[in-house]
Amino acid sequence: MAITNEYIQQNLTEKFGDAVYNFEENYGMLSFETLKENNLKVMQFLHDEPTLGFKFLTDLCGVNYPDNKDRELAVVYHLHNLQENVRIRFKVFTSVAHPDVFTASKLYAAADWMERETYDFFGVNFVGHSNLKRILNVDEMDYFPLRKEYPLEDQTRIDKDDEMFGRG
Amino acid sequence: MNEHHITLPEGSIEKHTTTLNLGPTHPATHGVFQNIMELDGERVVSSEQTVGYIHRAFEKIAERRPLYQITPLTDRLNYCSSPINNMGWHLTCEKLLGVKTPKRVDYLRVIIMELSRIADHLICNSIVGVDSGAFTGFLYVMQYRELIYEIFEEVCGSRLTTNIGRIGGFERNFSNTAFTKLEKFLKEYPVALGELESLLKRNRIFMDRTIGGGPISAERALNYGFTGPNLRAAGVDYDVRVHSPYSSYEDFEFTIPVGTTGDNYDRFLVRQEEMWQSMHIIKQAYQKIQEFKGEEAEVYHANVPEYYLPKKEDVYTKMEALIWHFKIIMGEVDMPKGEVYHSVEGGNGELGFYLISDGGRSPFRLHFRRPCFIYYQAYPEMVKGSMLSDAILTMSSLNLIAGEMDA
Repeated sequence: MAITNEYIQQNLTEKFGDAVYNFEENYGMLSFETLKENNLKVMQFLHDEPTLGFKFLTDLCGVNYPDNKDRELAVVYHLHNLQENVRIRFKVFTSVAHPDVFTASKLYAAADWMERETYDFFGVNFVGHSNLKRILNVDEMDYFPLRKEYPLEDQTRIDKDDEMFGRG
Repeated sequence: MNEHHITLPEGSIEKHTTTLNLGPTHPATHGVFQNIMELDGERVVSSEQTVGYIHRAFEKIAERRPLYQITPLTDRLNYCSSPINNMGWHLTCEKLLGVKTPKRVDYLRVIIMELSRIADHLICNSIVGVDSGAFTGFLYVMQYRELIYEIFEEVCGSRLTTNIGRIGGFERNFSNTAFTKLEKFLKEYPVALGELESLLKRNRIFMDRTIGGGPISAERALNYGFTGPNLRAAGVDYDVRVHSPYSSYEDFEFTIPVGTTGDNYDRFLVRQEEMWQSMHIIKQAYQKIQEFKGEEAEVYHANVPEYYLPKKEDVYTKMEALIWHFKIIMGEVDMPKGEVYHSVEGGNGELGFYLISDGGRSPFRLHFRRPCFIYYQAYPEMVKGSMLSDAILTMSSLNLIAGEMDA
């Protein structure tokens, strides 16, 4: 029997009560939120529960909502049950002042680099990660470029020295 | 003490391993990767990868671009099979916008996507041959990649970074030349592919080089988030085309090849069989296209005037079309609010697009799930204890594409 979104939601609310909330269904995919203290518990439950079996971490990424007070950063997990072919998405929110979220890399080895990427671009501090350093950007960088407060370069600027690229 | 005495740096006697910097620019790595390897003789003790040498901040750039201006960014992810990336992006937009495409468009897309899968796999497999010392097979199949690129050129005007298609379909109908070239490809490519296969598949030297090299178990592969041919070589039959069919893949008959040990030889075999299966799919799709009669046989895009660019002739002669062209290109059409995750089976595995729209003209956030980036983490585990030359072979059989990894 294929597991349905209602079944997953029911299981989660039975287990975690009010700690899981904001259930919605976007384009067929169940999506919910949980408290950031609970992210590992929820993931472990989804992974271990025999009838759920979300053993595959498809994607992990960050999102920055600068206008949400104390919920500026989100970490979004996409999980996949390959046998039943069901996908779910869940999010945890954290404040930009204390961006600490527990690492998923002990449960899913795939999360290792994805968390490093999220740290690199959003500055989310994954607690318990064994090697949390920048991955795509240079180590010397002192800001987190995908946060909304860093605008893209103004394409009309004229003060830049482009001589090395033949446009001087 | 004579004048020939060499003073060794402190600690150098105690260190029994050699540090080797492989890359970032090395002919054997086929891309900009750096690997810092600790070698004991020729055996790899440990390795650490550095990525990001061609990082271009696509996710940041995409936050300021309207939908159509993001398509050229996706070209540059896995540049061996750009059309799959383009279509994956267009399918994501269609999912957000609720666009339903006609069957003929789906089948045309399937043809282009399977052609690019073949182009992707033939590069990978022939390069595995080259890295194990057999250069000839590479030359046999290379001219058919050229033929595939000619078909792309005929359909969209460019070859490598294709920017193919539109939201809802294609920019123009396939010309007769495109179909003639496709027929030529269908007829001649099996011969060349067979030649490549007979050169390598049961070749004693090739088998000795590849069997047992860079293995990974199914369990570890899943935990590492492997997808695509590399996961199937480990024995898991996960394929996005079958699990979540897009673009009418459910209308086609094909089998998913799986391996057992996940080593270099299995990856080679899986890719090889996938090419045969792709040929099979293309043949079916071509047959289905020929069955359309009358007006249906001319359909090449869905009816979505808000997002589908008007014809160039109209843009130059009619006011209304010019306005729409301008509005679409400058992104003055707002997207609906929503969050979409859509994935397609790319050359390397599940290529996902996670798009958050806040109702504006450009995405609020766009994240690419790049299969390469995710499975490259397993590399140190896969090559630990193997010979350096096998580690190189493992790298090429994983089909690492720097553009996809670094986004």
